[in-house]
Amino acid sequence: MSGFRLGGHPRASAPVVRFHFNGREYQGREGDTLAAALIANGVTLVARSFKYHRPRGIVGSGFAETNALVQLGCGALTIPNAVATRVPLRDGMTADSVNCWPSVGFDLGGLNDRVSRLLSAGFYYKTFMWPNWHLFEPLIRRLAGLGRAPGLPDPDHYAARSHACDVLVIGGGVAGVAAARTAAARGAEVVLVEADDRLGGLGEDLSLADVPGIRVLRRTTATGYYDHNLVTAVEEMDGPALRQRLWKIRAKRVVLACGAFERPLLFAENDRPGVMLADSVRTYLERHGVAAGRRPLFAVVDDEGYHAALCAKRAGLDVAGIVDARDTPGPVGAEADALGIPVFSSHQLVRAIGRKAVRGAELVDLAGGARVRVTCDVIGMAGGWSPAVQLFSQSGGTLRFEHRIGAFVPDRSAQAEQSCGAARGLKSVDDCRADGEAAGEWAATGADLPRPEIADAHRAPLTLPPPGAKAFVDFQTDVSVDDLRQATRENYRSVEHVKRYTVWGMGTDQGRLGAVNGVAVLAALQGLEPGALGTTKFRPPFAPVAFGAMAADRPLGALFHPWKRLPAHDWHDAQGAAFEDFGWLRPSHYPRGEETIDQAAQREALAVRCGVGLIDSSSFGKFELTGPDAGRFLDLMSVGSPSTIPIGNVRYNLLCNELGTLLDDGVVARLADDHFLMTASTGHAERVFRWLDEWRQCEWPLDVVIDDATARWAVLTLTGPRARAVLAQAGCDIDLAAFPHNRLRVGRIAGVATRIQRVSFTGESSYEIAVDADYGVSLAEHLMQCGADEGIVPFGLEALDILRLEKGYIHVGSDTDSRTQPADIGWGKAIARKASDFLGKRSLQHASASAPGRAVLVGLQPLDPAVVLPIGAHVIDGDPHPSRGIVTSSAFSPTLQRGLSLALIDGGRALHGQQVRIWSEGKSWLATVTDPVAFDPEGARLDG
Amino acid sequence: MLIITCPTCGERDETEFVNGGEGHVDRPGPPENVSDAAWAEYLFFHDNPRGPLRERWLHAFGCRRWFHAVRNTADHGITLTYAIDVRPELAS
Repeated sequence: MSGFRLGGHPRASAPVVRFHFNGREYQGREGDTLAAALIANGVTLVARSFKYHRPRGIVGSGFAETNALVQLGCGALTIPNAVATRVPLRDGMTADSVNCWPSVGFDLGGLNDRVSRLLSAGFYYKTFMWPNWHLFEPLIRRLAGLGRAPGLPDPDHYAARSHACDVLVIGGGVAGVAAARTAAARGAEVVLVEADDRLGGLGEDLSLADVPGIRVLRRTTATGYYDHNLVTAVEEMDGPALRQRLWKIRAKRVVLACGAFERPLLFAENDRPGVMLADSVRTYLERHGVAAGRRPLFAVVDDEGYHAALCAKRAGLDVAGIVDARDTPGPVGAEADALGIPVFSSHQLVRAIGRKAVRGAELVDLAGGARVRVTCDVIGMAGGWSPAVQLFSQSGGTLRFEHRIGAFVPDRSAQAEQSCGAARGLKSVDDCRADGEAAGEWAATGADLPRPEIADAHRAPLTLPPPGAKAFVDFQTDVSVDDLRQATRENYRSVEHVKRYTVWGMGTDQGRLGAVNGVAVLAALQGLEPGALGTTKFRPPFAPVAFGAMAADRPLGALFHPWKRLPAHDWHDAQGAAFEDFGWLRPSHYPRGEETIDQAAQREALAVRCGVGLIDSSSFGKFELTGPDAGRFLDLMSVGSPSTIPIGNVRYNLLCNELGTLLDDGVVARLADDHFLMTASTGHAERVFRWLDEWRQCEWPLDVVIDDATARWAVLTLTGPRARAVLAQAGCDIDLAAFPHNRLRVGRIAGVATRIQRVSFTGESSYEIAVDADYGVSLAEHLMQCGADEGIVPFGLEALDILRLEKGYIHVGSDTDSRTQPADIGWGKAIARKASDFLGKRSLQHASASAPGRAVLVGLQPLDPAVVLPIGAHVIDGDPHPSRGIVTSSAFSPTLQRGLSLALIDGGRALHGQQVRIWSEGKSWLATVTDPVAFDPEGARLDG
Repeated sequence: MLIITCPTCGERDETEFVNGGEGHVDRPGPPENVSDAAWAEYLFFHDNPRGPLRERWLHAFGCRRWFHAVRNTADHGITLTYAIDVRPELAS
C-alpha cells in the first residue's frame, strides 16, 4: 500500500474519474491507465498467478505486463484478461482480478504454492494419468483458469477495413516517427500505427501533424505480419457505435519500429507485488505522476539501468540504492553518487522479502559473500532491453543473438521490411532517430544508407539463482528457473520442446517478458553460449484479438455460408415440408398431423410404390457439353462410353479419379451429335463441374464447352406406377407410348418448353420433368392438380432414401469410400468392355483392383426382420482385424416389411447367402448377406 | 496472405484462388504402355523442393481460368505466373 500520486505533476489536477476494482470504489484521474490509477491508490495486489495462485502485482507498463490481467465489465460486454496497463481509465469502469477464489486477498488456490514441488513442469502429464485425465480435467481447468469468456452474444460492433500504402511504419516512438517523416518527405504514402494514444514512445511527446501524406492510427496495435507484406492491426475505438476496427494493410515496404521490452531479473521471490520493471517505475512517475513506492531499490546489469533510479531520485523518492553486479559502473555511477544514491557495486540481488508486498531485499556481496538486507517497498529490475522482434519473426525473418545487448535482434529479412531503432537493438535517442531516418529513406526510395552501430552495454553476466529459489522466468504461466532445470534434467533440449513441456512463454503475453531470460537460462544449464539455442518462433497475434474483430464485416448467422433454395421452395413450404440443408435446402418429408419423420417417410415411400409421388430434383447438377469433341471428352472422363449413346437416349454414368476410385455417379443424355447433358448428384455437383473443367483446361483442350445449367432448370420428378397416367393428364405434347425408360424427349408441357428424362432412382417408372426455373412453382401446382385423382403425394429425401435402398441404388460417398472402385459396386464389366483411355483406367488395370478380399458392396437382411441395423455398425468376426466391413445405408422397407441395409464388406461377394454378425455399441445381430437389390431385381417396374 | 497475379485478371488476393498442386505433371499413356512403377510415379511422387516450385492455380472467384505460378516454397515469393498451355524455361 505504498504507491501514491505526486502532487506537483499536472495529472494530479486532471478531472477525477471513479472506478471499481474488486468491488471497492477508487478515484483516478483522466489520462490514467487502470494500472496507474491502481498504483496511485496504493493497490499492490492485483492478481493471483496461474498455477500456484501466488499474489501478484503490476510489474510493468504498456505491453510489458504479464500479471495484471483483469476482467473488465460484466454480462455480455465483459472482457476477460484485459491488461490493466493498457486499459485507459473510464468513469464508472469496473474491473476484477482473474484467477482467484474467493478473493484476491484470500485465495484458496494459494495452497498450490505450498505444494509447488508436486506441481512442477510436466506435472499434468505425469500425475493425472490414472485412471483417466478427463476425470481431473474439470477441476484443473477451474483452478488454472484465467478470465471468464462472456456467455452471451457480443453486443459490440466491429468493422474491418483494407488499405494499401507505400510505406507502413509500425511503432510511433522516436525511430518510427523519424522513419515516417523521412518517407513522407520523399513522396511516399505513409501509414503509421501506434498502440498508445500518443507518439513519442518512452520519451517526450512527438507530433506528425505538420507532415502531409502520413496517416497516423493511434491506439492501433499491429497484431499479425503475414505473407507479401500484409499486416493486420486492431484499432481501439471504444465507442458504442464501434468497439474495434480491424485493419488489413498491404504495404510495399514495412518499417518495424516496435521498440523494446525491458527484462526482469532472476532472483528468489522475484514475482512479489512491488517488484517491477525499472523503466515502468520511471514511466509511472513521469507520464502519470504516480510513484510506485516511497523507497524504491533498483537492480541493474548495465549503465542504462541507472536511468530509472536517477529519475526516481529527481522526482523526490527516497531511493534505497542501486544494486550493480559489476565492480565498476560507468560514468553514470558518478551521477548516482552526486545525487546521493547508494550504489551497491559487486552486489547481487538474491531475494525479495515480503509476501503480498515487498518489504525489503537481500543482497549478497560478490566479493566477500556477506549478506545485506535493504529496506524498500519497490524493487525496480533493469535486466537490459530485448528488441520487440515478434512481428519481424512473424514475417519470416531470422534472428541472431547480439552479445552486446544480450538479446535477439533481427538478422535476415524474408519480406520487404526493415527494423530500426530500439527494435534493432539501439539505445540512445540520437541513434534511434538517425536509424529511423535511414529506414524511412529505404522505405521510400530503396536506398541503403549507413546505419548506427549497436553499442556495447557492458552487461553483468547471468548468474543462475540456486535450486530451490522461487525465481520466475515467466510470471504469468508460473514457470521458474527450477522448472527449466527439471526440463533440462529430463533431457529436453530444444527451446520449442521446453516451451511446450513447461508452458514457459505460452501465456497471453506470449513470453514478451520471459522469452529471452528463458533461453539464456536454458543455454546456461546446457553449458552453452546464451544465444546458442536460438529462440522460440513467434506467431500471430502479437496481442489478444477479440473474435468480434476477426469476424468483422464477414457474414454471420444465416449468412455464414451461401445457402441455396429450390425454385419451388415456397411451394414446398406451403405443403408443410420439413427442410434439411444438403447445400441446397431440400424437403426431407411432408409430415401430416403428428407424424414422426420415420412415419412420414414410410407413408410417402408406400404411396410411390402403390401409386405416384412427386419429388423435387432441381438440385442435381446439370452440365451441358457442346462441341464436336464433347463425346470424346466425356469418354475420357467416364468409366463408360457416352460417345456411343444414341441421340435421345440416356445412360447411367460413373466418374473415377486417377486412383480409379469413385467420384460420383449420374446419367448422360444425348440431345444431338455434339450436345450432351450430364447430371451429377446434389452434393458433388460443384466439385464435378470443377473437375470436368480442370481436365478440359489443363490436360485436354478439346473443342467442347461445359456449361453449368444447374440453377436454370427446375426439375420435378413424377414416379410410381401411375406416373405416366398423371403426365398424360398434364397437357404434354410428347408421345408417351413411344417414350420408354432411359430416353430423353424435348417438347412442351402445358405450353411450356420442357425436357423430360426417363431415369429412375426409385425403381418405379419415372419422368424427370425439367422446365425453366421460373416455372418451378406452377409446374408443381399443375402436376399436383393433374395427379389429384391418382392420389399423388409430394415426397421428400427420407422416402427417396428408402426407395433407392430397396433397389440397391447407391449414394457415392455414403455407400462407397475412398477405396471403392467401379468393380466393387458391380461395374467391372463396363471397364473390361472399354478399349480407350479414361481417368483412372491404368489404376483399374493394377493387380490390386482385382485382388480377392476387396471391400465390395452387398445387401444385408437381418434375421429378425424388425431390426434396422445402425449405419456405421461393424461386420465383425474378421481375421486378423475383427471388423471386416461397415453398414453404409439402412432403413425399414415398408414394401418388404423388413429392415434392409447396404454394406461394404471385405470379400463380400463370396459371402452371398451366408450369415454374418453385425455389432454396434455393445449390441449385435445376425444378418444374411444378399445382393444389393432387394426389390424388383428384374427391373420390370421401370418401364411400367 | 499472398498476392497472385492472374494472367487474365492481374493482381488479386490469395482468397480468390485455389491451389491445384504441382504443375507440368505429364500424364503417362496410353495405359497399356505404362508400367506400374511409372503410373505410381505419376500418382504419388511429386517434387517438394525448398525453393521455386511450378504450381497450378485456379482463379476460382474470378475468371475461372487455370494457370501456372512459380512459387518459392521457402519464402512464398511468386516470381512468375503464366498461361496453362505454355512452359517457359526458368533461369535457375
